[in-house]
Formats: sequence, structure tokens, C-alpha cells
Amino acid sequence: MSEIDAPADDATSGAEGEQSIRDRIWAVASASDIRLIAVTLLAIYAIFLFLGIVGGLDVNGLYSSLERVTFFAAVYALVVLALNLQWGYAGLFNIGVAGFMAIGLYSMHILTVQIGLPYPVGALVAILITSLFGALVALPALRLRADYLAIVTLAFAEIVRSILGSQRFAELSLGGVDIGFGGATGPDGVLPDPVKFILYEDPYSLRPESNAFGELYFSLFDPFVIDDSTAEGILYALFLIVFVGLFYFLLVRTGNSPFGRVLKAIREDETVANALGKDTRKFKIKAFALGSALMGLAAILWYTKRGGVTPTNFEPEITFFIFVALIIGGAGSNTGSVIGGIVFGALLFRGPVFVERIINRRLEADADPTTIFDAFTGIDPFIVYTTDNLSALRVVLLGVVLIILIQRRPEGLLGNRKEIASSIDLEDRTGGEN
Amino acid sequence: MAEQTQDSWLGSRLRADPLTAGFVVIGILFFLDLIRRLATGAVGLDTVATFLWSGIVFGMAIGLAGIGLAMTYSILQFANFAHGDLITAGAFAGWSSTFVIVGFGQIATEILLLVGQPARISSQLGISVTTQPLAIVAGFVVSVLFAAGLAVGFDRVVFRPMRDQSGIALLIASVGIALALRHLIQFIYQPSTPSVVHDPEVPRQAVPVGSGSFTINAHQITLVVVALLLMIGIHLLLQYTKLGTAMRAMADNEDLAKITGISTEKVVLYTWLIGGGLTGAAGYLLALEQGFLDLTLGWDILLVIFAGVILGGIGSIYGAIVGGLTIGIVSQLSIVWLPSEFTTVAAFVIMIAVLLVRPNGIFGGVTSV
Repeated sequence: MSEIDAPADDATSGAEGEQSIRDRIWAVASASDIRLIAVTLLAIYAIFLFLGIVGGLDVNGLYSSLERVTFFAAVYALVVLALNLQWGYAGLFNIGVAGFMAIGLYSMHILTVQIGLPYPVGALVAILITSLFGALVALPALRLRADYLAIVTLAFAEIVRSILGSQRFAELSLGGVDIGFGGATGPDGVLPDPVKFILYEDPYSLRPESNAFGELYFSLFDPFVIDDSTAEGILYALFLIVFVGLFYFLLVRTGNSPFGRVLKAIREDETVANALGKDTRKFKIKAFALGSALMGLAAILWYTKRGGVTPTNFEPEITFFIFVALIIGGAGSNTGSVIGGIVFGALLFRGPVFVERIINRRLEADADPTTIFDAFTGIDPFIVYTTDNLSALRVVLLGVVLIILIQRRPEGLLGNRKEIASSIDLEDRTGGEN
Repeated sequence: MAEQTQDSWLGSRLRADPLTAGFVVIGILFFLDLIRRLATGAVGLDTVATFLWSGIVFGMAIGLAGIGLAMTYSILQFANFAHGDLITAGAFAGWSSTFVIVGFGQIATEILLLVGQPARISSQLGISVTTQPLAIVAGFVVSVLFAAGLAVGFDRVVFRPMRDQSGIALLIASVGIALALRHLIQFIYQPSTPSVVHDPEVPRQAVPVGSGSFTINAHQITLVVVALLLMIGIHLLLQYTKLGTAMRAMADNEDLAKITGISTEKVVLYTWLIGGGLTGAAGYLLALEQGFLDLTLGWDILLVIFAGVILGGIGSIYGAIVGGLTIGIVSQLSIVWLPSEFTTVAAFVIMIAVLLVRPNGIFGGVTSV
């Protein structure tokens, strides 16, 4: 609280003002929020380590499970942060997240794998394309009520998915260059994995030779009995964490900027913001485009690890997962978004899969229940049936969590952390300047 | 004289709203192009008749399912995303019952309850509307009752504690129901698409049209006739019963309805009962018509139902019927121009266009927001 007490000093000159803003952001962030995020992550690591040790995983298995957990925590945090800008800040109820992610990733695939642009250039152009689509959707949709906007964005995402998955656009020729969305199975060719470029001489081969840095990096893990693929995954997880930090910093900056204050004002009362002479439509379009661009980038970072691209990755469920994560953390708070992403990605999304693995290792499954009636013939068949169908039960759990959260705690785990629209704390003002 | 005022009214409307005019012109152009294609023989009359008939069948199902969605939209004022999975739940419950009735004594009840999972037994049972009419009727009734009960149950547990919350909060809660319900069905029935009717048993009739013909089958006729009867029933209920009047009053103005002594909770209960029941009916009939069950049977058409409801004007029950029928026909007719995989895309594009130019729909709904 005390960090943001100091009134904004508008009179200070440019350089000093810049300095004070940065100090203030750093002070606010470092004081409690980053610690909170770190504690959450460590607590989740502890849970997984405990379960892993109980389940009898070896050292490499433990690290590999932590690496997976970090991966999902980080990718969800990325998309949740992007959605927080649209919904948490500007109040734009976009349930077409999957569509924007798909546009970003497919653009990336076409630009790098199919046309041959280098990774950073491809990513930059792909982000730009995604933001253009964001603006395109926002332009007419912003005239609509929130529930209509929801339906339009969902329909947009479904149109995108149909087009990407259709046989008609599987192969196209654009100005003599052959590109294509690849139909239902997705386009051929593996997306470049940036970590592989860092570690290997020949990143595209199946058994790549590590380069000088790769040798050094892998040798670091030898004492811990960690194999190379896990070590590679750990580097990718670190790479993602850097991006979570960048997203977080960008959004905190944006949120505290005059632009962000207008967005918060729109969320609270658009009429008032309009009456104050702000062209709210322009602000909303910009916020929507920026949020969409970040969603595209998040999808690129997510799926370059997996390599392959298919339209089934972008069914509406992924959008709802992101929403569950954002609501867990609390819409309107960037710290909450990161924590929501971590809790969702690690515990709700990855947790059940991990538990399934542990149980399957320990259980000598002599029963093989194929129907739910077989499952109720005993305890073992029930456990086997449940773990076999855990992917379905996991989503049942998510739905229930979503309902309970929206009923009992719509403001999220962190409580009411909506950042105030004003740059100074209005409640703490005593007296006044005069 | 009267015609002249009509003209100038239309003219001023078009000048005031060029976007609408643009879409009307596009619609007319598509219609003219269809005529041209028919005249030049680029597309046969029998092809168009086939699309038209499948559009009517699909549209009746969409319209029937849309009534429930429009009812909850007008009375409780939120977009219910759980509606699609209520369709699925109703269909699965109903077909489980039909299978048990038909196969009782021949096949283990457990297998019948799971609609023949994991073994496929539909051809062994040989179900169709003519071979097993009673089992079909019984399954249909179970679908209606099950979906109605489920809808009321969800209202009690999820929506009733949230009556004072915003439409968006209710929408999010309904997404939670949708996710949980669909995957619970998956947990019980396993991911698969069991066929429910034995195709060779379904009576069909070729109807000659132009130089060719198109086929009508008994299940399509069942769907259309039953949906039509239910729609007429809803019309009578809304216009000639006290409950119907209370529902219309509440959709128009909730506060005013309360002042006149209407018990809003009672109206809400009947809304879910009737809306849910019709939804179950739509699910059962859709599975009958397409011949198989699918975990995403309802979810896949949810946005199409929304398209119909929005086209007719959100909250208007008659609008939902007409809008659903229109969307069904247009999406099937779109195959004349588009690849058949884009039928839903055509429906979504129309929906977005309607939302942009006439957010109140053609019938102008009665949501009092």
C-alpha cells in the first residue's frame, strides 16, 4: 500500500518521471507480488515432488514432471495475462481466444516453415497479423452488448477453425508461393524450436549434435542424473518464464499508463469515460488488438515446443480453460493472472494426468473395466476406470470449479485486487493540496 | 395512396440504415443467382429440393431447440451456454431407455443402458420408427422428462443462488455446467458415436421433382411433424393459459409482473421445465434423424441455435422458431455456393451480420435490458 501512496508528480521532467515510474512499478512488484507468485510456484513444486516421491519416480522422472508442470503453468499464465488485458482491464468479454491463438500459430507456421522467414521475423509478422484480426473483430463487435460480443467472438473463433481445418484451403497458391493450412491434420513441417537452435549444431535432425553451448549446458546436468531431453525441456521452461516476465512487465506498464487508466475507467463506467472526452471505441479496439497479439505470441511459444500444428488444438474448450484460470486468479489483476495460470496449468490441468501416471505405476491392474458398470464391481476396477477416463473427469472438475468460483468468489483467489483506475490511492488522501 | 406511404417508409428506412440495405441487396443477389443457376441448369431442381428439404428438417430441430434458449434468455436474461449439452443429455437418456425397452431379455441391460457400448447392437435390434414405435415414443418421453428435470436441477443448484448477478456471471456459470455435463456423459458413455437406428429399416420415399427426385424418410417426417406439434402447443400455452400470460408479462417487464402478483420463481420454474423438455425432445429427434448419438451432438449446434434465436430476435419465442427454420434452410442451401463443410460457417456469418445491422433481430425480442 505504502508504495503507491506518493502522489504522482506530474511536474518532474521527463527522465526523472520515467525513473520514478520504473521505481514505483518495481517497488510495487517486488514488495509482495513477485514473492507471492514465487511462493505459489514453489508450493506447487513441493506438492508434485511429494506425490512423485510417494509414487516412486526416479530423479529424472521428478525433474521431468516439474519441467512439464512449469511448462503448462507458464503457457497458461501467458494467455491468461493477454486475456486479462481484454477482460480484466477493458471489460471486453472475448470468448474467441482459441481463434486468435490459431491465427498467430498458423501465421507463424506459414511464414517460417512454408515461406522460410527466420524465427524472430516470422514471429513478429505473425503477431502483427493476429493484432490486425483482433482489430478487425473489435471494430464492429464493440457496438454490441457484452453477451452478444461473447457470441460473436466465439462464432469468429469457430469460423477460423472451420477454415483452417477445411480441405478447400489445405493447399493454396499465393502469388506463386505454395502455402496451405493443411486441412484437418494441419500443415506439414515442424515449427522451429528456439531452444534447439541454442543447443544444437543441426536443430532439425532427429538426433542432433549439440554445439559448444549445448555441451556445456548438458554437462551441468550430468551430476544430477538428468538426461538431455529433460535438460532441454528445462531450458524451454526457463525461456517461457522469461516471456511471462516480459508479458507481466508490459501489462503492468500498460495498466499504469494513461492508456491503462482509460481502460479501467471504461470497465467501470463507459459513459463517464466518454463524457470525459475519451474516444472509448478507439481505446477498446487498441486494447483488443494488443490482447489478441499477445494471444498469438503465447500460442507460438506454446506450440513451437510441440512442433506439430492441428486445428483440434483450438477447440473452444481451450478458451474456457483460459477463462477458468483467469477467474481463479481474479480478473483485473496481473499478479492474479499469473497465479491463476500457474494454479490452473499445474494443478487442474497437469495435476490429474500426473496422479493418473502415479496410480497406474502403483496399481497392478488385473481388472480391465470397459464400461462404467464394470467399474462399480469393486474398488480396483473403479480406480482403473476412473484413471483411464481421467481426461473427461478433469474437465468435469474444471466445470464445477468454474461454477463454484463464479458463485462464491467471482473476484478470484486473491480477493478483490482490482487495481484502482486512479494513479493515486483516493482513500488515503487526507486534507488536500490547498 | 397506402402503397405510396409504404414505399416512402421503406425508402427512408433504407436511407437511414445503409448497412441493412446492403445486406438485403446481397440477399436478393444470392436469390437471383439461385434462379439463374436453376434456369441455366448449372444446378438441378432436384438438388435444390434436396437441400431445401434437409434444411427444413434441420431448421425445425434448431427452431425447437431454440425455444428453450429464447425462453431462458427472455425470462432470466442470460445466454445459456449449457443449452447444447442439455440437448445431448436428453438424447442419451432417451435412447438408453429405447434400447432397454427394445432389447430387454435379449441383451444384458447394462449394455442396453449404455446404448450398446462397447459392442454395436443397433443392427441387431433393428430400431426404426415403424418397427418399434412404442419404444421410440417411450424414449422420447424419457428425453423430455430427463432434460426438464436436469434443467430445473441446474437452476436450483447453480442459477437460483445467482439471481441478482449479471448476465455475464450467469453465462460463465452456464459454461461451467456445459463443460461438466458433457464430460460426465463422456465418463459414463465413453467417447464414441453409437448408431441408434437400423438404416435399412427406415421407410423412405422418392419424391419426383423436375428431371430428378429427392428422398424423404420416415424419421425426417417424424421430426418435422413432432416439432410442429410442439410448436403449436407452445403457441397455445403462451396465448391461452394464465401461465403463458405470466411468462410473457415477465419477459416484458419483470418488476411490473411482480407488482401484479405474478410469482416470478414459479414462472422461472415453468420456464426451465418447458424449455428443458423441448430441448430434450429436440435432442432425441435429432439423434433419430441423423441415426447416431454423439457427445457433441448439442454443443456442435449450440451456436447455430444461437444464430436462429438472434436472427429471430433474442427472447422472442416465435422469432426463435422462424429464425431457426431460416438458419436451417439457409445453411443447407449455402451448399449451392460453398463446400458442404462450410454450412455452419454460413450460419455464423448470417448471425454476425444480423447482430451488426439489426441487433434486435427480425422479430425484435422482448429482453428488457
